[in-house]
Amino acid sequence: MFVRLSTAVAVVCLLGTPSFAQGAKPTDPQIAHIAYTAGVIDVTAAKQAIKKSKNKAVVSFAKDMVRDHEAVNKQALALVKKLKVTPEDNDTSRTLAKQATAKQAELAKLKGAAYDKAYAANEVAYHKAVIGALETQLIPASSNADLKSLLQTGVKIFQGHLEHAEHVAAELK
Amino acid sequence: MLPGFRSLAVLGVVVGAMGSIPARAETIRVNIDKLVFAPASISAKVGDTIEWVNADVLAHTATVKGDWNVMIPPKKTVSLVLRKAGDVEYFCRFHPNMKGRIAIAPK
Repeated sequence: MFVRLSTAVAVVCLLGTPSFAQGAKPTDPQIAHIAYTAGVIDVTAAKQAIKKSKNKAVVSFAKDMVRDHEAVNKQALALVKKLKVTPEDNDTSRTLAKQATAKQAELAKLKGAAYDKAYAANEVAYHKAVIGALETQLIPASSNADLKSLLQTGVKIFQGHLEHAEHVAAELK
Repeated sequence: MLPGFRSLAVLGVVVGAMGSIPARAETIRVNIDKLVFAPASISAKVGDTIEWVNADVLAHTATVKGDWNVMIPPKKTVSLVLRKAGDVEYFCRFHPNMKGRIAIAPK
């Protein structure tokens, strides 16, 4: 299982999509930070798409991403406040943020249909990577029941967005 | 005429009118919680109202390709009166992994 997971992460790294650091089991404050960061990254990417794209389906998808991830992150902040947990920055969050910044710079250079396709493809890959990380690392490592439940709902949201992103990507072909 | 008698007569008219409807229209509730339509599968008839109660902080839709597109805002309840018979499969446009089904019988 571990070998398979490492292979999957290695493959994801090669593709240039976000990877999640392997190693010590993350703590709840770290998990909260990773999940929040994952949402913020998608909102930032979506805001770039809203500015750059002229494709109706792409812009509408991006607006859905902003609305959903902002709503969920608001819920996540309310939860950490209730639990008196302070989200803690960590290597995984930092790696994710760094990769996202690089990806955004790469996408910024593209225009028109090339940009739309690259954004949609990255959304598909990104949502897949986050679902994988939630299911194999973050949910099993989380100890607080409320946090675990929020992460489980997070999987369903990311799966919904993945299907939606796949539809958009297919339409652009 | 006694006031009581008059209201009784009015009541008789109302009951009489209702008697002409073969089956009374019902309201069927579908809850939305954590991206799940519950119950996912329901039976209804033409004239019934479906009431979606969204407990999520996310906006959802009940969409049938080429037909309805019901917007269900976060923490809101939205209703739809069923107009035609048939088996309908609907999904959420924002989260296509959310699916529901309504078997609509003729009136």
